[in-house]
Amino acid sequence: MMNIKNMHAKIGDKEILKGLDLELQKGKIHVIMGTNGAGKSTLSKAIVGHYDVEVTQGEIIYKGKNLLEMEPEERALEGVFLSFQNPVEIPGVNNAYFLRNALNAKEKHHGQKETNAAEFLKLMRKHIEQLGMKPDMISRALNDGFSGGEKKRNEILQMEILQPEVIILDEIDSGLDIDALKSVSEGINRMKNGERTFLVITHYSRILDYIHPDYVHILQDGKIVKTGGPELVKILEAEGYQAVQKDL
Amino acid sequence: MAQEEVDKILSQEYKLGFSVDIEADTVAPGLNEGVLRFISAKKEEPEWMLDLRIKALRKWEEMSEPHWAQLDYTPVDYQSVSYFSAPKQAPNSLDEVDEKILEAYEKLGIPLEEQKMLQGIAIDAVFDSVSVKTTYSKTLMDLGIIFCSISEAMREHPELVKKYMFSVVPMTDNYFATLNSAVFTDGTFVYVPKGVRCPMELSTYFRINAKNTGQFERTLIIADEGSYVSYNEGCSAPQRDENQLHAAVVELIANKNAEIKYSTIQNWYPGDEKGKGGIYNFVTKRGLCEGENSKISWTQVETGSSITWKYPSCVLKGDNSVGEFYSVAVTSKAQQADTGTKMIHIGKNTRSTIVSKGISAMHGQNTYRGLVKVSPNASGARNHSQCDSLLIGPNCGAHTFPYLESQNSFGQIEHEATTSKISDEQLFYLRQRNISEEDAVSMIVHGFCKEVFTQLPMEFAVEAKELLNLTLEGSVG
Repeated sequence: MMNIKNMHAKIGDKEILKGLDLELQKGKIHVIMGTNGAGKSTLSKAIVGHYDVEVTQGEIIYKGKNLLEMEPEERALEGVFLSFQNPVEIPGVNNAYFLRNALNAKEKHHGQKETNAAEFLKLMRKHIEQLGMKPDMISRALNDGFSGGEKKRNEILQMEILQPEVIILDEIDSGLDIDALKSVSEGINRMKNGERTFLVITHYSRILDYIHPDYVHILQDGKIVKTGGPELVKILEAEGYQAVQKDL
Repeated sequence: MAQEEVDKILSQEYKLGFSVDIEADTVAPGLNEGVLRFISAKKEEPEWMLDLRIKALRKWEEMSEPHWAQLDYTPVDYQSVSYFSAPKQAPNSLDEVDEKILEAYEKLGIPLEEQKMLQGIAIDAVFDSVSVKTTYSKTLMDLGIIFCSISEAMREHPELVKKYMFSVVPMTDNYFATLNSAVFTDGTFVYVPKGVRCPMELSTYFRINAKNTGQFERTLIIADEGSYVSYNEGCSAPQRDENQLHAAVVELIANKNAEIKYSTIQNWYPGDEKGKGGIYNFVTKRGLCEGENSKISWTQVETGSSITWKYPSCVLKGDNSVGEFYSVAVTSKAQQADTGTKMIHIGKNTRSTIVSKGISAMHGQNTYRGLVKVSPNASGARNHSQCDSLLIGPNCGAHTFPYLESQNSFGQIEHEATTSKISDEQLFYLRQRNISEEDAVSMIVHGFCKEVFTQLPMEFAVEAKELLNLTLEGSVG
């Protein structure tokens, strides 16, 4: 589905990713775990083409093309979605207006009929209810004054409406209380359809009680150092990252 | 990296910078009594008007140019400006308007030919120093509404002009207003009689064409008891290397229960990114809410000019009268704007609202300057001011100078101000959600201006949005 080969990337002058290889399988949930500073967020930013990250070497093959040669919005239009760790506030831009534009841009790109305002509101209301969000999420400005939990649910709302093919969740679980964690996880599980690919970046194993990964990768010092199944999480939980490192 | 792209888009060419080659009567540069006599004679004015002009010139000669605004520009040499330029053929009807002028207006999207006229909008077209065409005058006349050039009004309705001209902006109000009083050439006159609701938008389009010429128009709008009028003003100028002077005066009078809505889309040539060329825009606009329950609302979208000095104000004299000021001011390239409003509360229970949105990009400098004054008798006066600034890129500036003067302890004044930046994070967020960089900037800027745009009449809101897109297309990174 997506093949990351020998990726080197830096932020400013600092090399963060140092020859990372990772192959994401169609329809599978991949989890990346690692300590602070290991390069988890840099990896997610590199995939979506964030300005902060400069990729110096390597490639990401996706749908037969090198993703790294595409503009951020082209990557998005081709189905690559990032749920941001800290979604930015955009005052004055209505949440529903923004999201309909995002959806219409995708529909246009794929030559589909654009969802009109009435249809869109119906769709948005349905998802808002499902996620246990307040109805005023339609009229509020994008992330403006949202609580941490509201921001994360709003990311999941966007994911559900935009129906992407590769979904990167960057610490979607951080700062969530148990109820929010549950509804966010339910949103993610609703999206599983055997076709979509997930890349879940997390510090904690807590969310893995709700979404069940197919593969777990350990990221250390800019490289994937170990890949396994869900059992790897148990080892990590019991013995910590050092145990995994010792294994190498 | 992205900043370069933004700057590239921001420095896009001014789209209305063309000029047309027509035979014009242009008076030699310089300002003296002879020039006033020339203008007055050209316009076939009554003697009393010439006397007033000469009086204004004498006063002006004793005054000096104000420099308290946050503006930095090469001084104007008032003796090198030509104070009158008019197309040679004075038109009596549309058939006589020079075809090149009609074409010029066509290019600006303002067709003046009857069969092509904009539906429901009456237009007065002012080309350099003269009004070349006023549309729909006859239709309006049936309702008793006078909509004509100010020159015509002086000849046809001297009693109204004498009564109201200089009644809101006194002849010697300030340096630029005094200059205008001496040399004003054309402009629009509107009178809406008692109880009449003007059924269409009235609009004036000001175009500077001639080189080295200033434009000094005067607009006078009177809404008699219980009447309503919505008036719009648009402007543009050719792209030239030297600076051109524009010093206008607008006076509004709203009698008891009357309402005037005045909207401006200002798109004079802004000069280049080094600050070369562009219009110096020194404008005095003031409205008097004379009667009780009257209302005056200013909405302005300022995207052009190299220098803008402009404070559309309301004098709230009648009890329960309402003043509003909604403004979007954009400074890009090397533009500077010092703009805002004055709300003078005199009557009881008067209310005013100020919403100012300043957008600065590239090397633009944007200043909000506003005064809210509550006089001793203005019990129950209320004001709410909101001044927001948006910065695009690292080299621009935003400044806010709110002045509050309350002489009545029962007045209520609220002021809010914010400054924000379009950040890389915001742009990236929107791009990650399928939205192109240009659309992302436009979305953020429009979100920022929304409160003001909703105040504009429909057609003008569309124009304002497009203009904003042109001025700022794709910004930031």
